[in-house]
Amino acid sequence: MLPAIPVWGNEISPERALEYIDPAAKKILSDVAMNAARSKGATYTDVRVGRYLNQFVVTREDKVQNIVNTESYGVGIRVIANGCWGFAATDKMDKDSIAKAAELAVSIAKENGRLQSEPVKLAPQKGYGEISWKAPIEKNAFEVPIKEKVDLLLSVNDAAMKGGADYINSVIFTVNEQKYFASTDGSYIDQDIHRIWPTFFITKINKETGKFETRNSLSSPTGKGYEYLDARPEDKIKTASGTLYKGRYDMLEDAKQAAAQVGEKLKAKSVEPGKYDLVLDPSHLWLTIHESCGHPTELDRVLGYEANFAGTSFLTLDKWESKKFQYGSKEVNITADKTEVGSLGAVGYDDEGVKCGQWDVIKDGVLVNYQAIRDQAHIVGLDHSQGCCYADNWSSVQFQRMANISLQPGKKPLSIADQIKNVEKGIYIVGDGSFSIDQQRYNFQFGGQLYYEIKAGKIVGMLKDVAYQANTQEFWNSCVAVCDKSDYRLGGSFFDGKGQPSQSSAVSHGSATARFNGVNVINTARKIG
Amino acid sequence: MAILTKEQAKALLTKVLSYSKAEQCEVNLSGSDGGNIRYARSSVSTSGGISTNSLVVNSAFGKKSGVATINEFDDASLEKVVRRAEELAQLAPENPEFMPFLGPQEYGPESPTFSEATAAMGPKERADAVQASLNQAKENKLNAAGFLSNSAGFSAMMNSNGLFAYNKSTDVAFNITIRTEDGKGSGYATKGYNDYTKLNTKADTAIAAKKALASVTAKAIEPGKYTVILEPTAVAVMLENLFFDLDARQADEGRSSMSKPGGKTKVGEQLLDERVNIYSDPWNSELPTSNWNGDGRPQQKVNWIEKGVVKNLYTSRYWAQKTGIKSLPSPDGAIMIGGTKTLEELIKGTEKGILVTRLWYIRPVDPQTLLLTGLTRDGTFYIENGEIKFPIKNFRFNESPIIMLNNLDEMGRSERTVSAESNTNYLLPPLKIRDFTFTSLSDAV
Repeated sequence: MLPAIPVWGNEISPERALEYIDPAAKKILSDVAMNAARSKGATYTDVRVGRYLNQFVVTREDKVQNIVNTESYGVGIRVIANGCWGFAATDKMDKDSIAKAAELAVSIAKENGRLQSEPVKLAPQKGYGEISWKAPIEKNAFEVPIKEKVDLLLSVNDAAMKGGADYINSVIFTVNEQKYFASTDGSYIDQDIHRIWPTFFITKINKETGKFETRNSLSSPTGKGYEYLDARPEDKIKTASGTLYKGRYDMLEDAKQAAAQVGEKLKAKSVEPGKYDLVLDPSHLWLTIHESCGHPTELDRVLGYEANFAGTSFLTLDKWESKKFQYGSKEVNITADKTEVGSLGAVGYDDEGVKCGQWDVIKDGVLVNYQAIRDQAHIVGLDHSQGCCYADNWSSVQFQRMANISLQPGKKPLSIADQIKNVEKGIYIVGDGSFSIDQQRYNFQFGGQLYYEIKAGKIVGMLKDVAYQANTQEFWNSCVAVCDKSDYRLGGSFFDGKGQPSQSSAVSHGSATARFNGVNVINTARKIG
Repeated sequence: MAILTKEQAKALLTKVLSYSKAEQCEVNLSGSDGGNIRYARSSVSTSGGISTNSLVVNSAFGKKSGVATINEFDDASLEKVVRRAEELAQLAPENPEFMPFLGPQEYGPESPTFSEATAAMGPKERADAVQASLNQAKENKLNAAGFLSNSAGFSAMMNSNGLFAYNKSTDVAFNITIRTEDGKGSGYATKGYNDYTKLNTKADTAIAAKKALASVTAKAIEPGKYTVILEPTAVAVMLENLFFDLDARQADEGRSSMSKPGGKTKVGEQLLDERVNIYSDPWNSELPTSNWNGDGRPQQKVNWIEKGVVKNLYTSRYWAQKTGIKSLPSPDGAIMIGGTKTLEELIKGTEKGILVTRLWYIRPVDPQTLLLTGLTRDGTFYIENGEIKFPIKNFRFNESPIIMLNNLDEMGRSERTVSAESNTNYLLPPLKIRDFTFTSLSDAV
């Protein structure tokens, strides 16, 4: 579910973000917590010493609105006692405070033990000893001077305003998670994870009618360093709609084309509702994948753990057990992957110390697997966790979160131009827009940033007021073609929300441009007073 | 850090300000203690306790300001955080929208936002409350998934221009989904209070259970325009999008549903049915909220919509000064004046219609018209000749709260309710609305 409220922290200087805490010091604190919990009766303990750094550079038009560096540093301790989970967290990093938090976690577990119908059962997990993992970034965004970021954003804003925009807000948002995990299984894992999201929002107003349109950036949040903003010619895909970006992003170029496109949107034809063949760009399709495949294959939803908030899933265990539930057409191959380089969900180990990997979720259109963590694995007969456990902060308890869930590219050569050429009556949609889906992930509605009418294999102009509504299974069974791997791109979100209290998780979804036949398109224009 | 009294907070903030060498300095101090239990499949899934506090120093030289934060409160740490904020201010670019800090303000009487009973809740009280809910579900062979959280906290601020503000508050929130064992029925209830003693988890679980059992064997009816009765929980998620859009700057800039051509706004215009009255009041006994805003401005009783006319928009201090409009902060809760009828009486007076108990996954489709989409969830029922006839399958809707409040048929009594989207508490009535637009069916239960 998107979006949710992100977790920020205390404000700090940019220089302090470059400090790294010695893993040896974190090991000492972790041992204090584990020993304290064990002495009070915990049968399992894991400790996450987390330092979460964020930097926001925020501008609008010709002004810098805000430059903020935040740090959130503390420890979260999870225990099993009396067969029940307990959790406590503190930002007081002295040994006494950490021991007290561990004792509180045990007392919560013991108090709640009387509510359990059966004890927590964990899939076995070996300890890895003292190890580390670092995201393979080229340029740490926190090392790039603030001035460089401000200059880029102000030049982006200037280009958009000169191009005819009335307003632009632009942001560079960078994240560094320095996570240390220790458990009574014998793991002490130090990880350094980086993410970046440069983005903008442009508005143009027709002064006479008061009508306005917006065009958001076609960037993606990504698990990369500042190199993401250094686009090379091979990172650009030229199409009839303009330039699209693969792997790296040219923010200035996109702002210029966005300013022109938002003007076109104001003049675009309002869509005639009806059935259309949709050609969906990866900058749009990632969100449809996220909502209609990522969430319903989360095992906690299938089992009912999210029934009170995000909802359950139509992909019930009987459909998986049958081994023949046709989720989509033969073209639909969807994988879960916690290791894809540059993706938002890539880590070496998850937040319960499980080494991450890759697996099939939908194979040739058939549901073959879910996404699971240690205390769920036995329910689906797995002898191991799939490494999907995540907490958005030291102060949040870890639980099952979505892996990168991606539609695999087609095996035969197929370009975007080929896809459009083959469509008689259709709409080509670029960029993500409005989105909503029901609590079991059957019925969804999506909008986009740019809509192009396709007639007889050609783009004939821009449309507006477009949204498509579909049933998940019908939609994925209407998938007739996916472009080849040369078009494979990642989209994603920093703010996938789930859980109570709600937590945010960053996740990527890859795909190549795909075609879906006969999808119901509605017109969203209305009149108010 | 425990919850500081007004005097303790004042003493600490006075000490922090004494270290300041900036032209202006403003300090915000806050702390909270809380805990939660989440349960599903008749067992606890996650639970926890967390205590946090922070002190935020904002130092300013001219239009340059810097902010630094700390959660340690010894004298050396306090002085260090003040120096850090001053260093950052000196390094910062000038902010053309920087506003000098406010002087002393009149906040009126304290608002009754704090409950000792809620502040005293611990793991045992939470487990007891959840046990009452789980027992209710188990006795009826139903599946329960719920969430209970409580917190107690305080906020205080002081600045070098003589402003001081303090508030302490408590919250307890409970929501519960009950599903039948065959997965064909689902019901929901949500409650929020400042005072834990008002919460009855057993009774709320019974409400959700009743809806779950009544929603089994739902029939499909055609999507289209229907008269609907929205329960307050469903009203909340629609109307809060209208509240979020009452921002003066967005309206003045021409990019919200409150904008008019030529840089004008809809303030003073008849936008909604003349029976629509929406206001905020920090001292309302059912929905008390802080009597000051985070930037130090007083929260007052404000009429936002009066007899369907837009009366006020909220704004930043900068935008108020630039445009000359009243400097009103956004409120912490909203109240819509309702009618006198109960929900049952609204149903009784309905010839044909649909009872919507909850709406879900509400997202904007068109900011110009405030068109929203989302779905019904956890119990939707067909009404004929004043009676609920049968449960119906869920619908997707595409509707604007502005259009909805022009198609107002009738209102029931206002009650305190919680948005399942934003967790904000409101006082809202059930609403009977004509021509509510459902655009497709959903198989979801």
